[in-house]
Amino acid sequence: MMSKSKPNDRLIRLSLLMVALTAITVLAVITIFIFEQGLPVMAKYGLKNFLFGQDWYPSEKSFGLLPMIVGSLLVTFGALLIGVPLGLASAIFLTEFSSRRLSRLLKPLIELLAGIPSVVYGFLGLMFLVPFIRENLGGPGLSVLAASIILGIMILPTIISISIDSIRAVPDSYREGSIALGATKWQTVRMVVLPAARSGLVAGIILGMGRAIGETMAVIMVAGNAADLPASWLAPVRTLTSNIALEMAYASGEHRQALFATGVVLFVIIMILNFLANLAARKQPGR
Amino acid sequence: MNSESKKSREKYRQTGLQSFFRGRLNIHLNCRTITGALSLAVYLILASLCWLSISACKSGSRQNEIVIAGSTSIQPFADGWAELFMEKHSEVTVNVQGGGSSSGIMAVKERTAHIGMSSRELKEDEKDLIEITVAYDGLAIIVHPSNPVDNLSLDQVRSIFAGEIANWKVLNGTDKDITVVVREEGSGTRGAFQEMVMGSRRISKKAIVEDSNGVVREIVSRDRHSIGFISLGLVDERVKAIALDGLRPSEEAITQGHYHLRRPFLFLVREEPRGLIKEFIDFVLSDDIQSRLPQEGLIPVKKIAAAGSFQD
Repeated sequence: MMSKSKPNDRLIRLSLLMVALTAITVLAVITIFIFEQGLPVMAKYGLKNFLFGQDWYPSEKSFGLLPMIVGSLLVTFGALLIGVPLGLASAIFLTEFSSRRLSRLLKPLIELLAGIPSVVYGFLGLMFLVPFIRENLGGPGLSVLAASIILGIMILPTIISISIDSIRAVPDSYREGSIALGATKWQTVRMVVLPAARSGLVAGIILGMGRAIGETMAVIMVAGNAADLPASWLAPVRTLTSNIALEMAYASGEHRQALFATGVVLFVIIMILNFLANLAARKQPGR
Repeated sequence: MNSESKKSREKYRQTGLQSFFRGRLNIHLNCRTITGALSLAVYLILASLCWLSISACKSGSRQNEIVIAGSTSIQPFADGWAELFMEKHSEVTVNVQGGGSSSGIMAVKERTAHIGMSSRELKEDEKDLIEITVAYDGLAIIVHPSNPVDNLSLDQVRSIFAGEIANWKVLNGTDKDITVVVREEGSGTRGAFQEMVMGSRRISKKAIVEDSNGVVREIVSRDRHSIGFISLGLVDERVKAIALDGLRPSEEAITQGHYHLRRPFLFLVREEPRGLIKEFIDFVLSDDIQSRLPQEGLIPVKKIAAAGSFQD
């Protein structure tokens, strides 16, 4: 059996390597393409004008991306503000406080949330959430708040399932030790289990953040897409991804290149956020 | 805490993401052979499919196909015309694609389409193409049906969309902020609105931006304090088209030249159309097609031409 499978193994390793390389090649091609298309126009009109300009009027060659950069960060932050407490609380409940049977029932249901297409989230937001905000809180309804709530719900399954996995990975001896020292169940969770599971929890939040900042369809539908710095949580906002998707269909010439430049900015922002988050995950808790 | 338990804590600190992925990787390792063979097979099938579709595309663009691309405002109508044309000429395929006015103009220039569609007038540097007007469309300023404001001057509309008038009270409406809804940069509808209403004025940054006529209509039909603009052909009972300087948009008002917000639907070609392409354009301009346009909310070319020459 062993000797028979050896040449086979090599062949399969080679073919798998090729498949893996295809994926990396695609990534490289995408990166090169975005930068090749986006950088010239950034160089022409000045990096400063792109990053700090507040006017987005491509037909007048005015390509200020600041409202969209702020918009993306604001909406992502809002989504985390809603998604992280909810997600962590659900994960803690499902691993530490609920009965096995209940968590076995609830976990697949939560993971089902991840399978709902984003356009459905956007549609529900447009039909129910937006009118609700408009009638009760004021403004046009299409707003930072609406986008944050929708995104906060969309990142829940990512945060919950990864948090559950990492909390489950904490060995029971930790919990037993803590309880034996006289800690209550909640103290055990807060002071032993969560710190031990920290890197997994942060990983879940990073993946959720990635999903939030990259989400496009649902955001376009509920955010209102005004290319202006939002004055409040109830004002419409445009994210970087929406900017690209919204205008790609009709754009030509430098307008099109400016959309690729938007992609470059998004690319760099995501790299920075990932780097910071990884740093935070690795850092020892100070004590 | 002694060093050993510290080490094991360290170990568990890293487990989160790793165990998450390792659980899945193990499955792969256990049945590596099957997975490998499967992924190779899938890879080969995908590659051959790509190859096939590329070669199919190449052989497809022969003499019997007309490719039309451009404005999404014209696209639904062009789809209908193409279908009728293909009913009469079963050997011909007419392929209608969207993409927007600008990309339609590009497509003709780069010869990736035979006919480009534009729902805005050509800019100076685009004038080297031949323009054929196939229909006219009106632009309607729409509000919620319950809005008491019924009539606006062109100046007022301009000020609203520029963000200077921000409350309906100024216009004898309710004391509520105006929600302005516009189309995105580059769209033919926005281009036409910019040209005919705004002139050199900018549309306000605070305006909500949506990427289709349908969504603009949807939002205006739900928000009682909103205002937007869409193709006249798409106005239905869910929204109210307001009168401009006392004139309500209608086919008649546009034909007579009283209602000013009208734009041409253009077909663009590189050179004098010949053969199949000429046949298709002639078909669209024929009485058969043109007489159906009013049912779809468009205005036939000849009517405007007749009214225009009458005025001259």
